[in-house]
Amino acid sequence: MSSRILNWFKFASPATFYPLAGTIGRAAAAVAVVLLAVGLYMSFFVAPTDYKQGEGYRIIFVHVPAAWMSMFIYVVMAFWAATGLVFRTRLSFMMARALAPTGALMTFIALWTGAFWGKPMWGAWWVWDARLTSELILFFLYVGYIALQGAIPDVRRGDRAGAILLLVGVVNIPIIYFSVKWWNTLHQGASVSITKGSSMAAVMLETMLIMTFAFWAYAIAVAMARVRLIILERERDTRWVSELPEVAG
Amino acid sequence: MKPRRKRLSFILLGMLLLFVAAWMVFRALGNNLSYFFSPTEVAQGKAPANHVFRLGGLVEKGSLKRADRGNQVEVSFVVTDNQQSVPVRYNGILPDLFAEGRGVIAQGHLGKDGVFVADEVLAKHDENYMPPEVADALKKAHKEGVAQMATGAKRP
Repeated sequence: MSSRILNWFKFASPATFYPLAGTIGRAAAAVAVVLLAVGLYMSFFVAPTDYKQGEGYRIIFVHVPAAWMSMFIYVVMAFWAATGLVFRTRLSFMMARALAPTGALMTFIALWTGAFWGKPMWGAWWVWDARLTSELILFFLYVGYIALQGAIPDVRRGDRAGAILLLVGVVNIPIIYFSVKWWNTLHQGASVSITKGSSMAAVMLETMLIMTFAFWAYAIAVAMARVRLIILERERDTRWVSELPEVAG
Repeated sequence: MKPRRKRLSFILLGMLLLFVAAWMVFRALGNNLSYFFSPTEVAQGKAPANHVFRLGGLVEKGSLKRADRGNQVEVSFVVTDNQQSVPVRYNGILPDLFAEGRGVIAQGHLGKDGVFVADEVLAKHDENYMPPEVADALKKAHKEGVAQMATGAKRP
């Protein structure tokens, strides 16, 4: 048992995680490319037209995966923030920081594609209903975290301040997810839920899940690439970084 | 190990307090966060009188009427939640998904005559996504079921 815990902590060291992140990142990038190609092909050519919305509904194949990822990445970041605060592991804070731009991007894509769908379907680009507003707050949380963490010159203090912001913001996640249930909103309820199953045709659901895994793999790939850069930047004065072939050469 | 425990419990306690605080705030806000009022809530007087609010429900089947008034087209329809209904009057362009029997949200105010005068009409979509053939099959099955019940025929 104790040896397993030791093993786990071994990868909490930036020096051992740096090459591992490279391997994981390359594998995830390959998976992302394949899944994205299959997913996009299915989105445009395989999935049938919707009975009410016609072709315009196809935007959900990007919108829903992006919205799911925007919430999921935030939870993962909050997990790393809590780990960093409790165990004082430097790598945890680096992981949180590495995920932040991707989370912000996913939130932005969800809001942007939602506006494109909303105009023809609802008749409005934007409405201040609970779902849309809480998702916008999530975007501000991501941007706020990046700004706060970067605004404090001392990296360790900046990390801790950012981590606390991340943990406070977790309150927003259940609000986003359940907003369509708790209040009357213009945004429709969940088409896919753990308790009720799905109210989508099977092919549409499969396409959406493939796109979700593609986004997932993409997020892992870019987060790993980014965490490698953050490791290099923060550990630049250490011996192992100066001995790396890509640094020394 | 001890300071680590302390930090963990501090974070857990903080998160717990945060969620309790958020829960209390949202309980206090209650229905104020709702984007629209249903016809039943309007009938109960929960919607603000003399004030702009949003009315949401289904467009009652067979209630959509268009009246030509010079260069303006006035649309009228009835919004229902199968309990209560509110008549609506609107001048303007209706969104693509607007149709009888489907969800709609209208923003405007309630006139003295009990007619809701809308400034903006949005279509509300539901969570169902399916190809047209499936929708047709469902509709047919529903009609057959209703016909069977009407004739008193027993289900096979």
